[in-house]
Amino acid sequence: MPLLFFARAAGAVINLYYIFLGSEPRSAVANTRTLNPLADHTISARLAKKRTRHVRERLIEGLLFLCASVSVVVTVGIVLILLTESYQFFQHVALFDFLTDRQWTPLFDDAHYGIMVLLSGTLMSSLVALAVAIPLGTIIAIYLSEFAPFAVREIAKPFLELLGGVPTIVYGYFALLYVTPALQYFFPGLPGFNLLSAGLVMGIMIIPYVSSVSEDAMRSVPMAMREGSYAMGATRFQTAVRVVTPAAFSGIAAAYILGISRAVGETMIVAVAAGMQPNLTWNPAEPAATITAYIVQVALGDLPHGSIGYQTIFAAGLTLMLLTLFFNVVGHFLKRRYRQAY
Amino acid sequence: MADMTVAEIRALITKHKRWDLIFATVGVLALMVGVLTFVALFAGMVMDGAHRLSWDFFVNFPSRRAENAGILSAWVGSTLVMLVTAVTAIPVGVAGAVYLEEYAPKNWMTDIIEINVTNLAGVPSIIYGLLALGLFVYKFGFGQSILSAGLTLALLILPVVIVATREAIRSIPGVIREGAYALGATKWQTTADHILPYSIPGILTGVIIGLARAIGETAPIITIGALTFIAVLPPAPFTGDPAAGPFDWLFAPFTVMPIQMFNWTSRPEAAFHQNAAAAGLVLVVMTLSMNALAIYIRYRLRKNIKW
Repeated sequence: MPLLFFARAAGAVINLYYIFLGSEPRSAVANTRTLNPLADHTISARLAKKRTRHVRERLIEGLLFLCASVSVVVTVGIVLILLTESYQFFQHVALFDFLTDRQWTPLFDDAHYGIMVLLSGTLMSSLVALAVAIPLGTIIAIYLSEFAPFAVREIAKPFLELLGGVPTIVYGYFALLYVTPALQYFFPGLPGFNLLSAGLVMGIMIIPYVSSVSEDAMRSVPMAMREGSYAMGATRFQTAVRVVTPAAFSGIAAAYILGISRAVGETMIVAVAAGMQPNLTWNPAEPAATITAYIVQVALGDLPHGSIGYQTIFAAGLTLMLLTLFFNVVGHFLKRRYRQAY
Repeated sequence: MADMTVAEIRALITKHKRWDLIFATVGVLALMVGVLTFVALFAGMVMDGAHRLSWDFFVNFPSRRAENAGILSAWVGSTLVMLVTAVTAIPVGVAGAVYLEEYAPKNWMTDIIEINVTNLAGVPSIIYGLLALGLFVYKFGFGQSILSAGLTLALLILPVVIVATREAIRSIPGVIREGAYALGATKWQTTADHILPYSIPGILTGVIIGLARAIGETAPIITIGALTFIAVLPPAPFTGDPAAGPFDWLFAPFTVMPIQMFNWTSRPEAAFHQNAAAAGLVLVVMTLSMNALAIYIRYRLRKNIKW
């Protein structure tokens, strides 16, 4: 009974809390009460007890509130750090150059800071990944929610979760040393580092995120809608595609947005398999650096704190953050546009 | 429809039913893509790396000679970083979730906290690395240490712990609380004696999944500038000369499993790739067994508890 053991252990820890907060453990309190109920029951003693109890409750509530607000502190911290360091960066580099320059060579003597270069790598690798993850993820979700027998679903869902739990560096290794050689067999001219193999593996990695959220959305479509469709003579496939999927579209859109955020922010797969060479390209067969890969590249060297090179990674990070924010805002409106209440 | 013969209608039905079959096949194939990728990945790493897995591999430091290299500093580093992560993320996450579920009034403050937790779950992990680089490494002066890494990963998995704990707490029926209040328990007594113990399996699931994610996380730790070649262990408390303090290890330089693997992967020699495969194998087995444990606990939970 490991769970029971954990419950006991937690009980012990909680008792420690009581001791720490300056009152006896509960069992002791209970004993004195039952043995002699009128022992210290002068009114002031009872009031004093009530007051300490009240104070303790308020203290605990305050402590819990502080813990809950850590998330706000983290968000504020992220925004502040990114903004202040990027502000320093934009003292040196004009925003216009940052957005329009077609070269990214921040560590060279002839420094250029054109974020477009990194952006193209990020968008291309994400596009390849989504071209894999969205169709496969959606098909798997429809299959698991509408077609699969119970046993298949019970096995497939945990398995997909495991697939999502594999560390991304392992996927990176897989992309570089297995997928790229395999692709080179079909496309002999493919370079050793390329966006294609990184994107494909990234797509497989994202499938579980897309499929599990979409499936949850489809499963929450009420049975009555399916039954209505069947009653009209529709087949399973017609019901799944024309009734369930549109009804769940708000949730499916959320799943796609989650997938896009993952793809855009994914680091290790592209850092390992796509090379770290900045390259303004829309061809997935070429090597290119993404925003995330650039940050890794800089972090691997040792740039002095406060130098312009150090600040570039925060400007790159801010761009990445704005990109994810943009997709999330789009997702929010999609969700609202297609929301259906039952 | 009226002018269709029975045979025509039958044909139409068969045609539509054929699509059912086709789609079910496509669905299984799509699932197979995931399954086969995983099998290929695992089999490939076993073939390339299994022969490197020996006792020496676990007790040797990384080396310039591939056949002597091991993962001692990596797994010790990973363990210590996880320790810091667990010690920070679990209490803060659980307490935050308890506040949001049991205490929080319905007002704008609570809304802000809730929105933040949801949004943080979607922030790319490398952004946490940048936060840590600016805040822990330079502002707080923790340096590129185990403490910085542990705290970074703790922030990263905080939303996971909070969401799991909230779900666990939410599934406890209100009568439990009412019963406790009826006997004169305070809010905290109710929470500590009833709500928390009953939600432990759910919390545990979330914590394990969070830690499994943290242990495989590479990007934020690289970003804070963790070194990739470390041939010393962090100082154990009260050993060495002069004797290390009890918390000196928190500030020691370190490396972790995924970074060690990244280092070996990015070298050109095939011999180091075999080391990377072996390290990857250890890493995958570690994260997968943690995930499997979490899935098992959740399965037991679903089967056992009927309120």
